[in-house]
Amino acid sequence: MNAAVETTAILYVDGVSVSFDGFRALNRLSLIIEPGEMRAIIGPNGAGKTTMMDVVTGKTKPDSGTILFAGRHDLSRLDEAAIADLGIGRKFQRPTVFEMHTVWDNLLLAVKQPRGVFRTLVARLSGAERDRLEEILAITRLTELRERSAGALSHGQKQWLEIGMLLAQEPALLLVDEPVAGMTDAETEQTAELLRDINRTRSVVVVEHDMSFVRALGVRVTVLHEGSVLAEGSLDAVSANERVVEVYLGR
Amino acid sequence: MLTRRLIAGWPGMLFLLALAAAAVLVPFANLALPPSSPWHVPTHLVVLVGKWLCYALLAIALDLVWGYCGILSLGHGAFFGLGGYAMGMYLMRQIGTRGVYGHPELPDFMVFLNWKELPWYWWGFDQFWFAALMVLLVPGLLAFVFGWFAFRSRVTGVYLSIITQALTFALMLAFFRNDMGFGGNNGLTDFREILGFAVRDQGTRAALFAATCIALAGGFLLARWIVTSRYGLVLVAVRDAESRTRFLGYRVDRYKLFVFVVSAMMAGVAGALYVPQVGIINPGEFAPTNSIEAVIWVAVGGRGTLVGAALGAVVVNAFKTWMTGAMPEVWLFALGALFVLVTLFLPKGILGTLGAIRWRRRPPPADAPALATEQGR
Ligand SMILES: Nc1ncnc2c1ncn2[C@@H]1O[C@H](COP(=O)(O)OP(=O)(O)OP(=O)(O)O)[C@@H](O)[C@H]1O
Ligand SMILES: [Mg+2]
Repeated sequence: MNAAVETTAILYVDGVSVSFDGFRALNRLSLIIEPGEMRAIIGPNGAGKTTMMDVVTGKTKPDSGTILFAGRHDLSRLDEAAIADLGIGRKFQRPTVFEMHTVWDNLLLAVKQPRGVFRTLVARLSGAERDRLEEILAITRLTELRERSAGALSHGQKQWLEIGMLLAQEPALLLVDEPVAGMTDAETEQTAELLRDINRTRSVVVVEHDMSFVRALGVRVTVLHEGSVLAEGSLDAVSANERVVEVYLGR
Repeated sequence: MLTRRLIAGWPGMLFLLALAAAAVLVPFANLALPPSSPWHVPTHLVVLVGKWLCYALLAIALDLVWGYCGILSLGHGAFFGLGGYAMGMYLMRQIGTRGVYGHPELPDFMVFLNWKELPWYWWGFDQFWFAALMVLLVPGLLAFVFGWFAFRSRVTGVYLSIITQALTFALMLAFFRNDMGFGGNNGLTDFREILGFAVRDQGTRAALFAATCIALAGGFLLARWIVTSRYGLVLVAVRDAESRTRFLGYRVDRYKLFVFVVSAMMAGVAGALYVPQVGIINPGEFAPTNSIEAVIWVAVGGRGTLVGAALGAVVVNAFKTWMTGAMPEVWLFALGALFVLVTLFLPKGILGTLGAIRWRRRPPPADAPALATEQGR
């Protein structure tokens, strides 16, 4: 990999390809996210949006290409835990919370703290952390449900809990995969507001199919198709792009 | 505060009280009360229950990895056996010149094999402290090496269970060999003294019983401390959604390795207490069926409850003792049937089911109806 790249980007993806049994899920994908930026990523089913997140978070190793975090960390050489530790948080497409644990314990697991075995054995919650978790509970509207096991939450509440866990992690970069799937219109609106709020201090990449949500975010949009970037620009600009229309209507 | 954390809940409280009572009352009833007294506890019963309590400690060790971290070890008998052998080696060396061949240093079986000197791996076992250290270190080291490879390569589920089973099977075959230097298929037996006390002495047996109660309580408290810490939260998270845990920045392999090693050491202590009470250790202890039986104890008692695991070990073994006395040939079938019945009708085990009943009796929280439909999905 080329580590000599000079970049100020928080996430620098260049020429990344991934194949599954000969099928190219990512095809020389390039993407640059600047610090403090929020980017929306859209694209038809199977375009490679989730695979892109898998590659960035260490779940899938790229066959070729460069992935740099903050200009100096070569993510293709690190495993999931190391990447998370660098400050990249992820919300999954299908909400994945720890169902047997309470809402509170889910947040406690996520809270930014040393992750070593011996540190967690003796870990205690500081007053500041407690306040922070209370705040996150309030933001995600889960205060009343803190003692409820996460498995008993509704789909939308799980989405919010997962976003809350992301917040507790305090990552520099958030990768958010389809955050509003299964949410009501009101919840969708609140989520857009929440993400915009988060974006004040952190960089965010959001994958979403819901166009009204993407419009509400009001940020630059990247369209993926067959594993590479098809178009990039404002939502209005890409919606007017002929090839984008073709891809969306052609299937 | 720590005390409250460790013994929270009625099962833990009852368990510790029962152990404390047993540690005092059973030796008293055995030693101080005359056999004519209705409260007298005969020595054979002391030994029998002592044996069950060793199994209970093994069950707690297994529950720690299986119930809380989802590592279904089908080879925990290996760690129990190794702890037992370490203690057995100490006991062999205490025999001294009183063996059949009267050799001052070599155990009888070595003289019989025409060995001239003590193999290096028997050195030091004449010292109790050294043997006690080995009881912890040998199972711990094996678990460390095994776990290091298995967990780093992300071997999980059935594959992991199968290789743990292979591990104990391999040890059994190895220990059966005479040239391994562990007494072959006869194992180690004919012990005389432990710490200067005659092993077959009534007083020694009562003391070993009390020691087992204390070790079991200690093992329970250690396990409680682990599972109630934030580390314990991570453990359950790994059990339920291993890969998700990694994306939160936890090194899952290290979390598994730590608990696996602690559990192996606990199993080693159980084996070490078992050997002087039953008076023998042989390669049969490594038999794969022993490890599988231990899994059944935990399933019957309720996995992920610790107290349930211990309860399961005692209940199933009491049943086994009765059954092998009454109809020995059907025991294995009965065990299989028990496992099937528990899986079908008590999937949470005895304790898990009791806990669920108590929980259900509590009035539902105010906002329950709104979520009831979600829960039903
Ligand atoms: N582990 C895998 N093994 C084989 N094929 C895979 C794997 N992961 C993804 N794919 C394939 O790669 C392609 C891209 O999948 P990906 O999940 O990235 O799409 P997506 O853009 O997230 O789609 P959606 O909008 O449906 O979530 C799909 O055709 C998928 O079947
Ligand atoms: Mg996807």
